[in-house]
Amino acid sequence: MNSLLLTAVEQGLVFSILAIGVFITYKILDFADLSVEGTFPFGAFIFARFITLGLSPILSTLLSFLLGTLAGLITYTLNIKLKIKALLSGILTMTLLYSINLRINGKSNVGLFNYSSIFDNMEEIVVLIIIVAIVKILMDLFLKTEVGYLLIATGDNETLVKSLGENCNKYKLIGLMLSNGLVALSGALMAQFQGFADITMGTSIIVVALASIIIGDTVFRNSRKLRGTTRAIIGAVTYKLIGAVAIDLGLEPTDLKAISALIVIVFLSYNTFSPDLKIKKQKKEGAL
Amino acid sequence: MLKINNIKKTFNMGTENELIIFDDFNLSIEKGECTSILGANGCGKSTLFNIISGVLSQEKGEVILNGKNINSLKENERAQFIGRVHQNPSMGVSPSLTILENISLSEKKCQKFGLKKLINRNKIDDFKEILKTLDLGLEDKLNTEVKFLSGGQRQSLSLLMATLKKPELLLLDEHTAALDPKTSRLIMEKTQELIKTHSITTMMISHNVRDAIKYSDRIIMLDKGNVVLDVRNGDITEKELVSIYNSRNFDSSLREAV
Repeated sequence: MNSLLLTAVEQGLVFSILAIGVFITYKILDFADLSVEGTFPFGAFIFARFITLGLSPILSTLLSFLLGTLAGLITYTLNIKLKIKALLSGILTMTLLYSINLRINGKSNVGLFNYSSIFDNMEEIVVLIIIVAIVKILMDLFLKTEVGYLLIATGDNETLVKSLGENCNKYKLIGLMLSNGLVALSGALMAQFQGFADITMGTSIIVVALASIIIGDTVFRNSRKLRGTTRAIIGAVTYKLIGAVAIDLGLEPTDLKAISALIVIVFLSYNTFSPDLKIKKQKKEGAL
Repeated sequence: MLKINNIKKTFNMGTENELIIFDDFNLSIEKGECTSILGANGCGKSTLFNIISGVLSQEKGEVILNGKNINSLKENERAQFIGRVHQNPSMGVSPSLTILENISLSEKKCQKFGLKKLINRNKIDDFKEILKTLDLGLEDKLNTEVKFLSGGQRQSLSLLMATLKKPELLLLDEHTAALDPKTSRLIMEKTQELIKTHSITTMMISHNVRDAIKYSDRIIMLDKGNVVLDVRNGDITEKELVSIYNSRNFDSSLREAV
C-alpha cells in the first residue's frame, strides 16, 4: 500500500475510536457534547504523564481511558445537576480541560519519541486493528445488554425509561463517561502514533468525529444490518482517506480543516436532499 | 384505592400569569373501576394525571395509593404501581428499537437492569402470544423498528407495554385522540379487553362522550379544577351528558364518536 494511504488508514483507525465515543453521545443520547475537544488532548497528556513516569504503555493507555471518563462526569454534573444547557456544559468542560491539560505535564507539547509505546512490538496497523476490534466488539456487546438498551431508550424517549422505573440521568452519566473515556483513549493512541502530545491536537476534533459518523451513515444508509460502531469505523477511515487524496492532489495540510467542514456540509446536505427510496419502502411495508 | 386529598396546584406562581388549577381538590377512585374524566382543555385533566404519576408536584395535599402516601416518590418510582398511555403513540415506546426489544424492556419493568443480555430467546413465543391478542399481525414483525409502525399499531404496543406488568392503576390520557375513528374504536375495544381481563383500576381522560358512556363505570366532569359532575354509568343518558357538557361551554372541544 502507498505509504500515504497506509498512514491515512492508520489515522482513520485511531479516529474511529473517537468516532465511536462521539457516536454514543451524538447518535445514541442525542447530546451534542463538545467536551471531547478537551478530552482528546487530555487522554494524550495523561498518557504522556504516565509513560514519562515509567509506567508501561498498555497501563498508561488504559489509565487515559479511565481518567478520560471523568471528563464525562464533569459535563454530566454541569448539565444534569447544575442545569446548564448541554452545549454550554460541554464547552465549559472543554475550557476547564484546556488549563488542566497544560498542568498535567507543565508544558503544551511533550515529545514521546524516546519512550516506549504500544506500537513497539508489532506493525502499527496490526496493533490498531486489534484495539479497534476489541473496542467495537465490547461496545456492540454492551449495547445488547439491559443497560445498553436503556441507554438507547434514554436517547429515544425519556418518558418510556421513567415508566420502566428507571432514572434517565443514570444512563446519561454512563453514556457521557463511556464516550469521554473512548475519546481520551483515542487521544492516547494518537499521541503514541505521532510521537508527541500537543495542546492543539483537540482543536475542531469534534468536526472530525461528526464527519466520520455522518459519512458512515450516508454511505451505508440503506443497510439496516450494519451497526453504528461499524459505520463509525468505516466513516473515520473514509474521512482520512478523503483527506489523504486531497493532499495528494496538491492541497496544503493547513487546508484540511476547511475540507473537513466541507465534507460534513456535503454529506449532511446529501442526507437531507436525496430521495431515499429504500427507507420509504420499508416504512410502507411496516405501516401495512 | 386512589385518594387525592386537598390538592393545591398553581402554575407560574408569583408571576402575572399565575394560574391556580386546583385549590383543595379531592377525589377518590374505587378499586377495579374504570372512571372517565371529561372536561374542556385547561380544566385540569392532564395536570391531575401528572400529579398522580409524579411528573408534577403539588404545593399542598397528598396522593394516596392503596393506603400508601406516594407524595415523596418520583415519577420513575411510581411506575411500579402506575401505567400510563399518552395521547402521542410514540411516548410509550422507543421508536428506534424493534417490537421485540421494546416488549423485552417492558417485561423487565421495575426490576434490576444489569449487564445481562436483554433479549431472551426463550420468551419470544410468549411475546408472540401476547401480541397475537392485539390482532394486528405484530407477532410477525418482531424485528421491525417501532418507528416504521402506524400510529394505531404503535399505540396498541404502548398499551400492551403499559399493562404487561399489571399496574395497580392505569392512566389513559386521551390515548385514542390522535388516531382515526376506526383505529380509535379498535384501540378502545382492546383497552376494554385488557382492563377487564386483568381487572385493572383505570382512569381515562377523554373528549369523547360516547366512549365515556360505553366504557366506564363512573363519569366525572371537571371544570376549572372542580368536579362539576360525578355520576355512575347508567344514571345518565348520553343525551343528558352531552347537554351538560355543552352547557359548560365545552362545545369547542366536544368530539363525538363517528
